[in-house]
Amino acid sequence: MINEIFNTTFITGLIGATMRMSTPIIFATLGEIITERSGVLNLGIEGTMLMGAMTGFLVTFTTGSLWAGVLAAALVGIILSLLMAFLSVHLGLSQHVSGLGITLFSTGLAMFIYRLYFGSPIVPPTVEPFRQVAIPFLSKIPVIGPSLFNQYVLTYLAWLLIPVISILLYKTKIGLKIRTVGENPFAADTVGVNVNLTRTLSLAAGGALIGIGGAFLTLAHQNMFLIDVVGGRGWVSIAMVIFGNWDPLKGAVGAVIFGFLDGLQLRLQGLGIQIPFHVFLMIPYIITIVALVGVSRRAAVPAGLLKPYRREEKGG
Amino acid sequence: MIGLKIIKRKPLPGWVKIIIPVVAVVITLIFSAVPILIAGGNLWKSYYYLFYGALGTRYNLLETFVKASPLIFTGLAVAFAFRAKFWNIGAEGQLLAGALLATWVGINFTGVPQFLLLPIVIISGFIGGGIWASIPAILKTKLKVDDVVSSLLLNYVMIHIMGTLLFGPLQQAGSSWPRSPGILEAARYPMLLARSRFHLGIPLAFLAVLIIWFINDKTVFGYQSKAVGVNIKAANFGGINTTSVILKTALISGGLAGLAGVGELCAIHYHLLMDISPGYGYSGIVIAMLGNLHPLGVVFASFFFSIVLVGAHTMSRMTGVPTYIAEVIQGMALIIMLISLLLTEYKIRVVRK
Repeated sequence: MINEIFNTTFITGLIGATMRMSTPIIFATLGEIITERSGVLNLGIEGTMLMGAMTGFLVTFTTGSLWAGVLAAALVGIILSLLMAFLSVHLGLSQHVSGLGITLFSTGLAMFIYRLYFGSPIVPPTVEPFRQVAIPFLSKIPVIGPSLFNQYVLTYLAWLLIPVISILLYKTKIGLKIRTVGENPFAADTVGVNVNLTRTLSLAAGGALIGIGGAFLTLAHQNMFLIDVVGGRGWVSIAMVIFGNWDPLKGAVGAVIFGFLDGLQLRLQGLGIQIPFHVFLMIPYIITIVALVGVSRRAAVPAGLLKPYRREEKGG
Repeated sequence: MIGLKIIKRKPLPGWVKIIIPVVAVVITLIFSAVPILIAGGNLWKSYYYLFYGALGTRYNLLETFVKASPLIFTGLAVAFAFRAKFWNIGAEGQLLAGALLATWVGINFTGVPQFLLLPIVIISGFIGGGIWASIPAILKTKLKVDDVVSSLLLNYVMIHIMGTLLFGPLQQAGSSWPRSPGILEAARYPMLLARSRFHLGIPLAFLAVLIIWFINDKTVFGYQSKAVGVNIKAANFGGINTTSVILKTALISGGLAGLAGVGELCAIHYHLLMDISPGYGYSGIVIAMLGNLHPLGVVFASFFFSIVLVGAHTMSRMTGVPTYIAEVIQGMALIIMLISLLLTEYKIRVVRK
């Protein structure tokens, strides 16, 4: 058995699975980081991912275009995040409860629309999913080539987004605005930054990424929509934001570790190892909780997180 | 540029607080017309069958009580935790933990007479849920781990613990289905009304409502728990041992959720199943909010939800609107209730900037 685990086929497969399984978490984690950096905790993430997964699937199923599905998922993510912005930013309702409300609402909605469109078929309908695209030359490198450089376009995009969002947050004016609004909305307001607008746009941008993360699950990872397709990945992403201390790079590292555990679980199951598969499914969640224990004491929570901004309630 | 301006309003008279959930429910039902129409359902027929299906016959009415029982327990569980700002989103996992421990007792305590076994099963379910809820409470108070995230993630851990057991040591011999052996006859809740499933768990739920109401309003602990929720720093400064209060709040909250699981096990399914809860723990969050975190409000909201859940089946059969309409309505109800609550404290003005 040890030989089976340490041969190159297994390792190539494992790295590939890690890349795949971490993709939706990277998207959602990066989306949530942008949002939380602006001062809004979006607990609508789990439901938004599910709506993204469902919408992406539905649109691809009807139009036959995978990218139309991805685009639709991003749009749905934006719409749900705007609803979140209306409730938590503009009305100043509790971010915890508004977010949970959106998750419950969109979970119901996703299943409702799916049933409405497809009924209850015995065999779930499928689409022709995304195919892996090999990058010339690089994919020929032994072991890591076929796993790292023969991936879905969305996976490359997720990895590309890690530095892009880091730069956006730390090196651009927009990023400075987002961070200021999240750290000290009163100061931001004083220097003329529109706090609520910045938060709304951050939510929308984050929502688009979260929606795409959901769509990856039904258009690449699988080729069908199942009710538990997201299965807590949104919540895991929330945990990864904390694990990564609200930093895109560190958050992505967390996402990849989770992806690795998820991939390992899949690969070991594939070898027919006699451990109940539910034990494997449990491991990533337990390790996530343990990791949170490790980082929570030194967490650098954005100071404005969870607080609605009302100009007249300064310091209140 | 148009924006919203939120202005604090003068306190409204007390009756408004009571009327708000009712208004929210009515508005929710009005908004429900949108998904019904999209699904091509006839509006009046749909509403008629929604209510007829839940209240129209003796059996259906009692079924609405049957559905309300777990919802009252999870709603109370969440409301009690939220009141102390312990963000327990893990009622689903705590329900399962309670059902799991109760299953173990219910299978193995052979020879114990019913009058003794029933309390043991109930208490074990309470303890199971309580222990599971104490994990995020300990993580929060001792290690500063966010309670929302940890209690949520623990739901998935518990589902997979159940999966491991039900596909393994706890699987009924000879069954290919992931389910436990049946619980002992003596561990089953008695049915209280003939030709129905009106079981012991229903009066128990109402008893729990009264007990929590009493704890909230009449005990020192209830006062401390609320003080922690209002301002944990002030409570600490005022000499309250906030760590202990949060831990006890979590134990009671999780215990209540566990009792929802015991009811489903001992009165409905008699076996532990993977899908023993169709999301009662998550519904509990909405119910707690809709009930304004008050035990009586929880009862009201639970019945609204159970009417929608039970009625949706009849409605779906008669009009073809998918039963998931119930989940959509739940989500809408929460959002509408939040906005209604805001309107009791603030006025909203549309302003030009």
